[in-house]
Amino acid sequence: MSKQQTNFKLESISQPNRQWTHVEETDLMPLPPNTLRPDEEPPWKQLTDAEREKYEASLDDTLILDIPKPRTKEDEKELIRKFLDGVTRLFNKADNWPFLRPLVLTMEHCANCQTCSAACHIYEASSGNPAYRPTCRSEILRRIYYKYIKSDGAYFGRWRHGDIDLNWTTVARLAELSYRCNLCRRCAQACPLGADNGLVAREIRKLFSQELDIHTKELHDNGSVLQLKVGSSTGMNALVVKDNMEFIDEEMSEKTGMTIHTPWDKSGADILLIHNAGEIMAWPENPGAFSVIFEAAGVSWTLSSDALGYDSINYGLFYDDFMLARVVLKHAEAAKKLGVKKIVFGECGHAHKALTVIADRILTGDLNIPRESAMTVLRDIVMSGRLKLDPTRNDFPVTLHDPCNMTRMMGIIAPQREIIHTICPRFREMNPHGVNNYCCGGGSGFAIHSRHNFPDWRFKVAGRKKLSQILEAFSDCLDPSVRKYICAPCSNCKGQFRDMLDYYKLWENHSILYGGLVELIVNAMTDIKPGFIEWERH
Amino acid sequence: MSIILHLVTYLALLIFIIAIVVRYLRIRNYPLNLRWEIYPIPHEGKRSIHGGSKMEESEYWTRNHKPDWIRELMFMIPEMVFIKGLFDHNRKLWYRSFPFHFGLYMTAAFACLLFVGSMLELAGVMITGPAASGLAVVLNKITGAVGTMGMVLTIIGGLGLLVMRLSDPDLKPYTNGSHVVNLLVIIATMALMFAALVTAPSHLAPMRAYLSDLVTLSLKAPIPDPLTGIAVAAASLLVAYIPLTHMSHFFVKWFTWHRIRWDDEPNVRGGRIEVMIQKALTYPVNWRANHIRGDGKKTWADVATGEIEK
Ligand code: SF4
Ligand code: SF4
Repeated sequence: MSKQQTNFKLESISQPNRQWTHVEETDLMPLPPNTLRPDEEPPWKQLTDAEREKYEASLDDTLILDIPKPRTKEDEKELIRKFLDGVTRLFNKADNWPFLRPLVLTMEHCANCQTCSAACHIYEASSGNPAYRPTCRSEILRRIYYKYIKSDGAYFGRWRHGDIDLNWTTVARLAELSYRCNLCRRCAQACPLGADNGLVAREIRKLFSQELDIHTKELHDNGSVLQLKVGSSTGMNALVVKDNMEFIDEEMSEKTGMTIHTPWDKSGADILLIHNAGEIMAWPENPGAFSVIFEAAGVSWTLSSDALGYDSINYGLFYDDFMLARVVLKHAEAAKKLGVKKIVFGECGHAHKALTVIADRILTGDLNIPRESAMTVLRDIVMSGRLKLDPTRNDFPVTLHDPCNMTRMMGIIAPQREIIHTICPRFREMNPHGVNNYCCGGGSGFAIHSRHNFPDWRFKVAGRKKLSQILEAFSDCLDPSVRKYICAPCSNCKGQFRDMLDYYKLWENHSILYGGLVELIVNAMTDIKPGFIEWERH
Repeated sequence: MSIILHLVTYLALLIFIIAIVVRYLRIRNYPLNLRWEIYPIPHEGKRSIHGGSKMEESEYWTRNHKPDWIRELMFMIPEMVFIKGLFDHNRKLWYRSFPFHFGLYMTAAFACLLFVGSMLELAGVMITGPAASGLAVVLNKITGAVGTMGMVLTIIGGLGLLVMRLSDPDLKPYTNGSHVVNLLVIIATMALMFAALVTAPSHLAPMRAYLSDLVTLSLKAPIPDPLTGIAVAAASLLVAYIPLTHMSHFFVKWFTWHRIRWDDEPNVRGGRIEVMIQKALTYPVNWRANHIRGDGKKTWADVATGEIEK
């Protein structure tokens, strides 16, 4: 146990100093033996003095929120005042009806037994850094709650619930700390009392967004706001997206030998398919493969060119209830307009959860249109025999990553496995997997955050457990002469894998590639040209 | 003296009931929360073994999915009795927590057995003495044994928890006054009850008389000795104290499981959930960020359907 762990005091979060906690690279969780060579571990870039001078960066070794340093005492007071207003709203029935009950129960009934800590990949990867304990940020909020909301009395409350000083440092560090959690809720799954520290991390993010306008620009300005303004967080408007899909259709037609025409705005189609628009930009073979499969299987389907109808992203899920609700409504309106029987999501975990489970208690009346995962639709197609599939075309080691939002939070686990068992003869599971999976490390939107040195933290800490699982899954064939495939049916997870594989040079040194599920299906189709999966870094 | 003790017990029971009812109503009356389930959910039936849900079926909304209550019960019983979740995820703590909790259950069972005996006595059945039947003697012996074991287990587990809370580097930074006091209160009460029980096992009979007096409101049974009197008072106070603290998790857990973790009740058009959503959407919004600009008048529906500034 490091000195940092034994001497840790929660109250010290309010003591201004250069950095509250530090992750020593030598303390990081070791990777499986005989997998990654030490020289394949890139060095961790340090924040520059200029970055530290400009932004509040005193939490740990990295930075995501870019909260400007206060210039005056007034700035400090203003932040604290607004923060307390936000805390008040968090515990107010009208302002926080969506999550009040789970939040209060977690605040009042966590036994601080720390059972959840062992379940958290971030805590484990940092070899038990006390600031990354799932309970750390919850306990800080809890002490604030008892001191300022429940007002248990200055002395008695402090003795009963523990104390915390509220100052600029506490508030700014707490904001930043809420972004050291992937919101994967593995900790909540392990809690014997049903408390949920993942929820608390999101509630803290929400408080800062909904009251203080503090959020990351990737999630808010370039994410939800852009999506609501132009139709997609990629910046594509309807014309551009149609143009891009037309180009993808041409590519797919050439690649497969089939004639592919992705249908747009077909009223009365059975299915409105909504992709994460990031796929269209970054991994065009994925929406392309969907088109190939749906056309070959004779599915009645369409895409929508209505604003947001072609982009299933909903970053509000990670930081803001209002942005979440606005996007949910636009998705449902696009489906309603086309009169489709159901909405189906492409390979995007958070979109699955946002529009299926969360939206279930937002949408009412004729906006409450049935919604289904692509996993089940694809499973039905594959198992029905409508496609001619030859598993030997996928004769390479494949492992499956379970996106948290699709598995732990929705229980969609078997369909993708039925497909993979049918078409991938050399499939191997990660350990653990399914409902007990580990987050890829890019969860809660981290995959799109690459400012400052955040990627170092994202890969060395948040992604380390997943990296370790991948290396273990392929430990019998790490030699670069064997091509290996991580199947990740989620755009956000793929973003993390793309960057993490690059970071550790896993394609160059070990021939480990990542991709979606539909690519594997099309790769196994016998009535198209072989070699759909292109074995190159992308 | 006896009357005061009886009053203390009445008051404790009253506080216990009121505290539970108030907390129950408070939690129940929170507005509908969004779905926030975590799998596996046992009432999903067989597929809960791999953590699956009805959403693994295509067009799952077209079928009527009956919750599998048997499987849910099969999950809940080991969880309630053996704290299985803790056993699976935190064995070190379980070795202390399980005897503590199981000891408390046994002590509660002891109180129930005493009560059953007292009711039998009220009905004219002799529990002790030469006229007692074999079965009554067994009941008397079991009552004593269950109580003794329960108290010993609680004390051992409680001391283990206390030491761990104060010394374990994982727990220590998170240990506050109420954790320590709660444990001390329980350990001390159990120690008093244990001392009273072992120093005078024959006092089970007067204790039964004390309980039947509580029922008949006669408040006349003499307290056999000061130690037993103190133990009864302490036990009564403990009954009142528990639901006032976070130890009320013994019943709040029902909400965290059934109303959050396993709450997958779908919103069907025209159904009760839809009505609750419609109501929640009329709540006023006060959040002040630029993309919300709540003013206490605009509702959730207004903000969610309002255009974002271009
Ligand atoms: S959240 Fe649950 S597991 Fe974690 S410390 Fe609290 S009670 Fe224990
Ligand atoms: S939600 Fe996930 S990342 Fe966040 S604290 Fe819990 S286990 Fe760790």
